[in-house]
Amino acid sequence: MYGNAYIDPNDKATAMTAGEDPKKLEEFEARIARGEKIEPMDWMPKEYRKQLVRMIEQHGHSEIIGALPEGTWITRAPGFRRKLALMAKVQDEVGHAQLLYSAAETLGKSREAMINDLITGKSKYSNVFNYPAFTWADACIIAWLIDAGAIINQVANAKGSYGPYCRALDRICTEESFHLKYGHDNVVTLATGTPKQREMVQAALTRWWPPIMHFFGPSDKISNHTEILMRWKVKMATNDDMRQQFLNMYVPKIWDLGLTLPDENLKKNAEGKWEYTEPDWEEFKRVINGGGPCNAERLAVRRNAEERGRWVREALNTTESKYIVPLA
Amino acid sequence: MIKSLDPRITRAEINLENTIEPLRDLDQWETYEVFHQKKRGDQHMHVGIVHAPNAEMAFIFGKEQFGRRGLSVNIWVVKTRDVYVSDYEDSDIYDTVPEKNYREAGGYKVMDKINKFKKGF
Repeated sequence: MYGNAYIDPNDKATAMTAGEDPKKLEEFEARIARGEKIEPMDWMPKEYRKQLVRMIEQHGHSEIIGALPEGTWITRAPGFRRKLALMAKVQDEVGHAQLLYSAAETLGKSREAMINDLITGKSKYSNVFNYPAFTWADACIIAWLIDAGAIINQVANAKGSYGPYCRALDRICTEESFHLKYGHDNVVTLATGTPKQREMVQAALTRWWPPIMHFFGPSDKISNHTEILMRWKVKMATNDDMRQQFLNMYVPKIWDLGLTLPDENLKKNAEGKWEYTEPDWEEFKRVINGGGPCNAERLAVRRNAEERGRWVREALNTTESKYIVPLA
Repeated sequence: MIKSLDPRITRAEINLENTIEPLRDLDQWETYEVFHQKKRGDQHMHVGIVHAPNAEMAFIFGKEQFGRRGLSVNIWVVKTRDVYVSDYEDSDIYDTVPEKNYREAGGYKVMDKINKFKKGF
């Protein structure tokens, strides 16, 4: 699972191709237009490399941090089968991070550098994981709806232009389909269960709705270089288009269960577009910049894991180890 | 100490303000290429990499990463730096003559000759 990459809207679109050899750039863009994949050793604009590293790395961090709110409920999952399934899901998420970090490494950033940027707060990860999973139902809503959002994003990105990222995403999407089914099963169980269970799942849905609306990132009106990233097939769909697709696929499924969403303006209009109250983007910015309820805990937990595991990693290392950039 | 909703985190007694030394180079070890075989008799397929301090650990990580669902009977791991690779810039080394039917079975048709030979018998 994962949220859409957060791209600083203040980056200047015009600066993105500054200083590039126009001939090479033209050739590169023609390859992408023909549907070819760009591979690790190929020529690419500096900004293409930079945006991809940022995006793939953020995606990897989101998988690692996303394991934390869900992992909260492993010890108290209701029943053996659900505990097994949740452990499997959390393990998948961590496995996805490994695949993604490997893809980012092919662009020349080491895994150590990525982890350092995560634990110092320099790199972002999906904003939704800065919110806590108060009850078992929160973990169920995450597994269903956050993973649903992630799939929309990942299926789109799997058709992007960078080969190693696409290959990682193909493998990831297969596993995510289990997460989605598992999450839906959990939510349906609660929503069709006792009044207490229904109340619990409704409360979780109400809590998670604002972060879910934030999930695909700020409205396209705010971002000023979507166009070039889409031409380079780094970004495959606009934030607003993905949000529409999500609403179209999942709001009816939510309403089918007799659950309500905390937005009076949410409805499909005559043109088939979803209308909704504009999410609070100030809140989104506040949380992504460290002000959310769990940011500090998430990073402290990661720093702790790196620090307490360090002696083991060092003890296993040998002096003859030598790192080279992975091949594909 | 963090008092978390997650009892595992509360038990770990983590200081919210902990600071750590940055990870140094090779903290995450070098990489191994992983080859996975679904069933006996299939070719091993390259599936990706793992970071590991030695081949045994690379195998364990490879098994967790690429063999945790579906069929698996065997995994090979090999250090990335031990793989001898050709350079894409040199891909003209694979160029050859366009017409290569001299090395295909279909390039050898003798029935005409045989029939002609038999007729003239």
